[in-house]
Amino acid sequence: MTKYSALGLLRGVFNGQSHWQPAWRDPEPKASYDVVIIGGGGHGLATAYYLASVHGIRNVAVLEKGWIGGGNTGRNTTLVRSNYRQKPLHDFFEFGLKMWEHLSDELNYNVMFSPRGALMLGHSDSDMTTLAQRGDAMRVSGIDAELLSRDQVAKLEPLLDMSRGARFPIDGGLIQRRGGTARHDAVAWGYARAADRLGVDIIQKCEVTGFVRQGGAVVGVETTRGQIGAGRVAICVAGHSGHVAAMAGLKLPIESQTLQALVTEGVKPMINGVIMSQSLHCYISQSDKGGIVMGGDPDNWPSYAQRGQPMVTEGAIAQAIALVPALSRLRMLRTWGGVTDMSFDGSPIIGATPVPNLFLNGGWCYGGFKATPASGWTYAHTLATGAPHALNAPFDLARFQRGDTIDENGVGPMPNHR
Amino acid sequence: MMLITCPHCGPRAQTEFTYERTIDSVVQPDADPAQAMEQLFTRANPRGLDEELWRHTFGCRAWLVMTRHRVTHTIEAIRSVGPVALP
Repeated sequence: MTKYSALGLLRGVFNGQSHWQPAWRDPEPKASYDVVIIGGGGHGLATAYYLASVHGIRNVAVLEKGWIGGGNTGRNTTLVRSNYRQKPLHDFFEFGLKMWEHLSDELNYNVMFSPRGALMLGHSDSDMTTLAQRGDAMRVSGIDAELLSRDQVAKLEPLLDMSRGARFPIDGGLIQRRGGTARHDAVAWGYARAADRLGVDIIQKCEVTGFVRQGGAVVGVETTRGQIGAGRVAICVAGHSGHVAAMAGLKLPIESQTLQALVTEGVKPMINGVIMSQSLHCYISQSDKGGIVMGGDPDNWPSYAQRGQPMVTEGAIAQAIALVPALSRLRMLRTWGGVTDMSFDGSPIIGATPVPNLFLNGGWCYGGFKATPASGWTYAHTLATGAPHALNAPFDLARFQRGDTIDENGVGPMPNHR
Repeated sequence: MMLITCPHCGPRAQTEFTYERTIDSVVQPDADPAQAMEQLFTRANPRGLDEELWRHTFGCRAWLVMTRHRVTHTIEAIRSVGPVALP
């Protein structure tokens, strides 16, 4: 596999760009692997890459029922940030953010990470207090956060409705300047190419239909392309974790719900960074192609259908237009929905399960994309050593039993009350 | 969007209803801690039929039990709960 470079592109000018090769192989599944990863999304592919590159475990398969990156990796709003309130969460995501900063070099694939600033808006005195607390908590952990005045916010995003008569008046904000966006497909493709180069088998159109058990332990998987033996099996199918774990008799603290997003037609630059409002629930950013990408609340009822109800997108759009009135002039290009694992404390689950040899990575709620590198790194560590990395130790499955939940949003145990 | 037939009000738009939880995750007063833990924090979450508690919040406010398919969104059955449902 050739390395991508500017020189290679230039050489292509003279051969009519005929030198391009498939970026990864399309192998037949082998009889068995050291590690079988179920799910070829960003997280699964990153896990495979770090297993091979950091831990030297190269006899690895990634099984994907559809095509790689076709699930939630291709359905998010591509935001990358680490501005969380709880320490285990912001430590985890900050480790990830540092990986994002070098990811394109690491993978020799341009993931188009663009740290354009992630701005959270405050709409009241109490909002500003909460944002100041969050910023303080982040800075104590060495993460950049800056509290902005009303004027600073107005200067940063001139199209925000800063009038006092606005539907959601803006009093200021908290910005993480190192946050931003990345190209979601490139993340899946970059990890796939890099993992494949290290010998990982990426097997698409291969759905897992059951687990092979021996004395309680999992020793392989049944798939639509035959039985595959495995030293360790790693579930990495966020959205469908409940479905896959049930094949091993597990009942998870997860409910699958739809999360929708939408994009408008492409326009000239009008949104400079990422605008978020946590008091509402609205995310606005502009893609490099010019489309305004927006997201909002989950649908708040269980579904595996990958399609949402219009009233939820309508709510997100209403909020976005109230914040940036100019958006009302744009035409919507498309909306889409993804199936998300809503965990009961809003935080992910990465670690061992009660079934020997079976590991779980899921429960990403609406925050999985930004976690891709850190999730892969810590999951690979857990799979290689059998013990959690310091960063994912707090995110184990048994925390609910211990009453040691990591409350992402400060609201108790019901996913639909979040 | 689903058209939900409330046992009291007839067919109504989904916008009038809110989802609460699955019927097997209602914690009983006499549940032991392990049972309560399971009911509070775990869900079968099947990619198929499940029995769910919904409420006609912006209508008659009655609680309903809906048997619904999680992929097709087909509603197989709806019944009332609470005093009105007693024989």
